[in-house]
Amino acid sequence: MDHRLSPLLVSILCLGIAILYIPILVLIGYSFNASALVSVWGGFSTAWYTQLMHNDQILDAAWLSLKIGVVVSTGAVLLGTLAAISLVRFRVFRGRLLLTGMVNAPLVMPEIITGITQLLLFISMLQLFAWPHRGFTTIAIAHIAFCTAYVTITVQSRLQSADRSLEEAAMDLGAGPVRAFMDTTLPAIAPALASSWLLSFTLSLDDLVISSFVSGPGASTLPMVIFSKVKLGVSPDINALASLVICLVGICVLFAGYLMRRTERQRLIDAQMAER
Amino acid sequence: MSAGWLKRHGKWLIILPPLLYLLVFFLIPFGFALVISFADTAVHVPPFTDILSVTPDRHIHLTLNLGNFLYLFTDEVYGLSYLYSIKTAFFSTVICLAIGYPMAYAIARTSKATQSILLLIIILPFWTSFLLRVYALEGIIRETGLLNSTLLWLGIIHQPLQIMRTTLAVYLGIIYSYLPFMVLPLFATLEKLDHSLLEAAADLGSPPWRAFLDITLPLSIPGVIAGSMLVFIPAIGEFVIPTLLGGPDNLMIGRVLWDEFFGNRDWPVASAVAIAFLVLLVGPIALYQHYSTKQLES
Repeated sequence: MDHRLSPLLVSILCLGIAILYIPILVLIGYSFNASALVSVWGGFSTAWYTQLMHNDQILDAAWLSLKIGVVVSTGAVLLGTLAAISLVRFRVFRGRLLLTGMVNAPLVMPEIITGITQLLLFISMLQLFAWPHRGFTTIAIAHIAFCTAYVTITVQSRLQSADRSLEEAAMDLGAGPVRAFMDTTLPAIAPALASSWLLSFTLSLDDLVISSFVSGPGASTLPMVIFSKVKLGVSPDINALASLVICLVGICVLFAGYLMRRTERQRLIDAQMAER
Repeated sequence: MSAGWLKRHGKWLIILPPLLYLLVFFLIPFGFALVISFADTAVHVPPFTDILSVTPDRHIHLTLNLGNFLYLFTDEVYGLSYLYSIKTAFFSTVICLAIGYPMAYAIARTSKATQSILLLIIILPFWTSFLLRVYALEGIIRETGLLNSTLLWLGIIHQPLQIMRTTLAVYLGIIYSYLPFMVLPLFATLEKLDHSLLEAAADLGSPPWRAFLDITLPLSIPGVIAGSMLVFIPAIGEFVIPTLLGGPDNLMIGRVLWDEFFGNRDWPVASAVAIAFLVLLVGPIALYQHYSTKQLES
């Protein structure tokens, strides 16, 4: 394969990457600006970070977002893995097309529509069953729905490439199908599960639109607080907060990517061993 | 519960939880929106009337109020904002494609090791908060932002450029936010491209640009469509970008929906707007489903 690239292609690639990164890097840079005027550089300072630690509104919102994130990613990984197993292992079943559609649609559905429709559902449910009250519960339920879609897609592609011979061998040796799956395939896809947990966590942590619709009075997630402040313009403490969130999300994504790459490499090594 | 029963029906224990969850919390809500779009506004909580009512002589009465949908046609703000959203999403998609295609093509042609690093670089912003990235962009393009101060310092301009609260800012916002969505599916198809076809074309004397037009481009169409839909569909419904970067003229449908819901608290009309919006999206979503499942299965 020809690895040389024309200078034009390289410059477009660099330009694209620059477009993606410059705003974020500038934001992080300015979060250490001592001056309260956002555009004037007044020297290095971590004052805005210290100030954040004393802002109860932001701390409460961050705590709520983290709690929701943990519940959501755990729920989404459970449901998404089941959905992926259903789609990969059971070729024919009633509702397969429906499940495929419901797994793909949240990825493209504008959030504003999902948010409105889910709120209307929750309102009607509250009238009929006196549950769920808008806030933590409704945000978590709504987030699990779209995170499940992302988990399913990730785990599905991993399951498709997973080697079934070990599982078949275990079943030949007398293990039941569930036991065989748990002992052979599950460890093989475990890193994919871990990385989709992290990705669901970041998706939930970032969501603004759906949360704004389904949340009730008193329950403001971190993005909701940030949005209400950002509408008023650029401010140095939001720069600091945004830098923290971006770094947290970045670490989650890098770790997820690392886990996925490690399994991929392990799979290649296994395949080479098997060929010998 | 016998072992035989478990063997025959056991798979439903795996299928049903996600199927039911998504059915109840993703699909059925659309039914509720449809029902409420036929209701009337009311002053109680929730702010709409029941369309089903039981009369004293125990007849069930169905009141369908088509007024909300008619209202969408009579008040031109809805039609105009639909058209404006489609126009904005369309041109943003074209520009994303023009930047994203060469990027994906370049990444697909590097070595495997470089590929995984470059992909990670593209994926990282893909997962980073939309809201925060739009906010970061504001730091660049606002009147006293980095762009203006750099240009002023270089002496290229003498007055700061007014980008914030203009249509240009909305386009910049959408392109900046959605570019990774275009690059990733394009890369997935370009990476799988059979290079022996290109070598054969070169051996037969075809110049590289000709081989690109005859082989690479047609074979990458599924990626082009999947990537374009991943940008186009969410961009139509975009709310954060026109609200934070756009001016009063940039009235996209997501913003109208938000205002109808939170500002006017007219839930039936908001539901009707959402349903009408959804009907317009059925075509593009079906197109995306078709090409993305094709890609996953191949």
